[in-house]
Amino acid sequence: MSATVVHSLWTTAAADRVATIPAPKIEYAQLSPVLIVLGAAVLGILIEAFVPRKGRYHTQLFLSLVALAASFAAVVALAADGYGTTRKHIAAMGAIAVDGPALFLQGTILLASVVAVFTFAERGLDPESHGKRVDSFAAQPASVPGSDSEKAAVRAGFTTTEVFPLALFAVAGMLVFPAANDLLTLFIALEVFSLPLYLLCALARRKRLLSQEAAVKYFLLGSFSSAFLLFGIALLYGYAGSVSYARIAEVVDGTVQNVSPALADTMGNDALLLIGGAMVLMGLLFKVGAVPFHMWTPDVYQGAPTPVTGFMAAATKVAAFGALLRLLYVVLPGLRWDWRPVMWGVVIVTMLGGAIVAITQTDIKRLLAYSSIAHAGFILAGVIAGTADGISSVLFYLAAYSFVTIGAFAVVTLVRDAGGEATHLSKWAGLGRRSPLVAAVFAVYLLAFAGIPLTSGFSGKFAVFKAAAESGAGALVVVGVIASAIAAFFYIRVIVLMFFSEPKPEGPTVAVPSPLTMTAIAVGVLVTLVLGVAPQYFLDLAGQAGVFVR
Amino acid sequence: MSFPLLTATAVLPAVGAIATAAVPAARRTAAKWLALLFSLATLALAVLVLVRFEPGGARYQLTESHAWIADFGVRYELGVDGIGVALLALTALLIPFVILAGWHDADPLEDARPNRRWRPTQGFFALILMVEAMVILSFEATDVFLFYILFEAMLIPMYFLIGGFGDRAHAGGDEAAATQRSYAAVKFLLYNLVGGLIMLAAVIGLYVVAGTFSLSEIVAARADGSLSMATGTERWLFLGFFFAFAVKAPLWPLHTWLPNAMGEATAPVAVLITAVVDKVGTFAMLRFCLGLFPEASTWATPAILVLALISIVYGALLAVGQRDIKRLIAYASISHFGFIIMGIFAMTSQGQSGATLYMVNHGISTAALMLVAGFLISRRGSRLIADYGGVQKVAPVLAGTFLIGGLATLSLPGLSPFVSEFLVLVGTFSRYPVVGVIATVGIVLAALYVLVLYQRTMTGPVKDAVRTMPDLRIRELVVVTPLIALLLFLGVYPKPLTEIVNPAVEHTMSDVQKTDPKPEVEAAP
Repeated sequence: MSATVVHSLWTTAAADRVATIPAPKIEYAQLSPVLIVLGAAVLGILIEAFVPRKGRYHTQLFLSLVALAASFAAVVALAADGYGTTRKHIAAMGAIAVDGPALFLQGTILLASVVAVFTFAERGLDPESHGKRVDSFAAQPASVPGSDSEKAAVRAGFTTTEVFPLALFAVAGMLVFPAANDLLTLFIALEVFSLPLYLLCALARRKRLLSQEAAVKYFLLGSFSSAFLLFGIALLYGYAGSVSYARIAEVVDGTVQNVSPALADTMGNDALLLIGGAMVLMGLLFKVGAVPFHMWTPDVYQGAPTPVTGFMAAATKVAAFGALLRLLYVVLPGLRWDWRPVMWGVVIVTMLGGAIVAITQTDIKRLLAYSSIAHAGFILAGVIAGTADGISSVLFYLAAYSFVTIGAFAVVTLVRDAGGEATHLSKWAGLGRRSPLVAAVFAVYLLAFAGIPLTSGFSGKFAVFKAAAESGAGALVVVGVIASAIAAFFYIRVIVLMFFSEPKPEGPTVAVPSPLTMTAIAVGVLVTLVLGVAPQYFLDLAGQAGVFVR
Repeated sequence: MSFPLLTATAVLPAVGAIATAAVPAARRTAAKWLALLFSLATLALAVLVLVRFEPGGARYQLTESHAWIADFGVRYELGVDGIGVALLALTALLIPFVILAGWHDADPLEDARPNRRWRPTQGFFALILMVEAMVILSFEATDVFLFYILFEAMLIPMYFLIGGFGDRAHAGGDEAAATQRSYAAVKFLLYNLVGGLIMLAAVIGLYVVAGTFSLSEIVAARADGSLSMATGTERWLFLGFFFAFAVKAPLWPLHTWLPNAMGEATAPVAVLITAVVDKVGTFAMLRFCLGLFPEASTWATPAILVLALISIVYGALLAVGQRDIKRLIAYASISHFGFIIMGIFAMTSQGQSGATLYMVNHGISTAALMLVAGFLISRRGSRLIADYGGVQKVAPVLAGTFLIGGLATLSLPGLSPFVSEFLVLVGTFSRYPVVGVIATVGIVLAALYVLVLYQRTMTGPVKDAVRTMPDLRIRELVVVTPLIALLLFLGVYPKPLTEIVNPAVEHTMSDVQKTDPKPEVEAAP
């Protein structure tokens, strides 16, 4: 194609628009969940600057919880107004979709974040440092590990509270991510939640080098994947002449009206579409943690402060799967026959890879990291079903999974020895003798991960496998079942270790948490059992929410 | 709405489990009595079910049906046929004996540090009641999904029972005992979990094909032709279900977890495994494999009969060679499960009612033998046959009850297992004469392993370590006597049991569209 034609893609458009720049019409009420959280995050920064150090912790905690609760209330109000079902539409000049999946996932992210904030705020686990109760975050993150300034900060008993606004920014990005209805919004949302997460990963109070290494790895690989995503966006724009989901979908389907000469020239170019689509997909699969884009997961999960790991493992995954669903169901359904075989491969290696590598792990956080990879595979099996049932099963699985995950990581924060959290598996031996309740709770979480009936893990797994089987992916179900069996092996190994091994004399102690962490863990158990025994209400909810706006 | 009797039989032990677990650490004895009380109350309810059940009535009785998870097409549907009633009664009957026999099995060791929160005794009895609740409900479930959930979930309490409360009589000391115990528990769980997960794939497949999980709806739809499955699909689904049940039952070559589990568990838990939980496997073959997939069942019959035959002979041969009393009983059970499966797939009414009776009788006879063996082992602190000798001179009652349990195991006429074994063999012979003939080898070997076991442990010169062995105590007699009485009663008068079972077997036979082969009588010359 000639240079002038490509040029016309933007020059002619610009000439038309100059005359009639419309005032953007923003439906503030429908964006309120995001706006509340963003506003609270900005306010949080002001608090850091202006509120005296003594009062910051309580102010920040209060603000975060109120903001998340208010945002959740806004989501519920929107859903009650029918925005999830009959009144679903596209807001903010085509940038944000307000529909069932978006609202359901936003609600899930917000609830998971509330629970995660409880674990962030825990200050009863670490031994008191110079008379001050401290949390799991570095005394002064800016100081170099091992330096004098760090020692001084620790001696002074510093505690910082910037995790709260950082978490709120991340949540705001995550709220937009599954609702993004054009590729640029998608990219911006990705960056908005990724950057705070990179920082949060680096904030561990103990094992700071490991934590900073995790952050750097996450940052480098994350930027790399963002670059892929951005390049993919550019190619898709080149193909369809638009970043809007609906427009791209029309071009892909061939149902587009008013084809300009420039578009007519590019839309026949399948290479742009396929490579662009693949690159965007890669960027999202990275965030999801699917094999072969999973390499960051174990290191980051291990190095990050455990409350942050739980938050990331739950909320990021929900947001990323939301975006992936929207991309595959709204933008690229016309390419179904192209992406489905590729995704089949990804699903199979993700399920099997995560489960098999997890067997060899000796660190509980790395073990849970690989298990999260295997779970990403199970969820992907529902994603590629390509049916309404597929969407709702994925929504349900995400809701069930995120609470189990946060709860499990919250339990990990409790088991400690002199060096902080005792994450090496050998130290967990005999935990069931020493503190039966904590071990029993963790066993419930592990059984849920393993998908044993009467836990939420089983309901979720059943839902996605059923959706996959109904869409003709019976082979995937069989592979999934095999992967579940492999995965069950290492979950059970941990249970064996906790209950049937003799406790070691110098083993770790179980810290008695404050009501904050206790609430987080209790909520996790409750959700696990309720979704396992009586999932009907939530399946209904996910079923109603399972239609995208286009 | 009438009183949900079937739900109550399962809820009662579950409530008992929670109540027992909640008893404070110091009140161990109270927890035991509470557990016993709940198991007896469950037995009373089971008797009520037995009384209310009309043998000639509808196929599934005392039915209950409630909406549960509409999205998955799952309903909470219960109902019992004759086979279910018989096994439900067996389970409810055995649990009080299991609890009584295990009265001291979970007492904390004397040198154990006092720990306010560690309550093994309460846990032991709570887990037993939990298993009872799930097993009973699985005999009542007429919804495939509900059954599957129970089939899987019962593994968890069972796993903790095996791994957490092992046999204290162990040659290698505490360390080795703990290692082998957790190995046995993990092996048990992994075998059964893999079986269960493969069944999960088949359960999902069944839903995709049939659109419902209701057993009666699917069976009806298959009978009137409104639901047809492609031959290949049906066979795959059948194999998925059968694999899980064959692991649970267990059938050769999927049996290897059983000797480990039964060897390392305490005797009452071993009884729980083989007499109660494993019956779910054979029961499910009758109810689900034959009911849902009649054509595939017929197709698979030759292969399954061969595997059953191998189980019978192989289990018996290995039993002969065992040096460990509990493992010997485990291999004997494998042989007996071979008979049960052979009876089911012989596809004759004698074979199937024989198999059902066999399940009940094997439960009672193994319980008697295993529990007495457990009493014996707890006295000497060893499971090895070689460590015993001349026990009958020191503890005649123990030796006598052991002999009766053993004779029941080898199906002596006059004791109830004879009736069922005879029926199974007749039923098999009438359709597959060669199979029936080979199976009789199992009977001969059974006589060998039982009598040799008795001879080596009970007769001969009294060994020093055995000399001071006390005879059965009152509690132990209370456990053994009713079981033996039952063996004798059902051996002489099996009619109450056959009356309940036979109509249900007729239904199953009509599901698979089989009629008994006509007896061929050669005309007199």
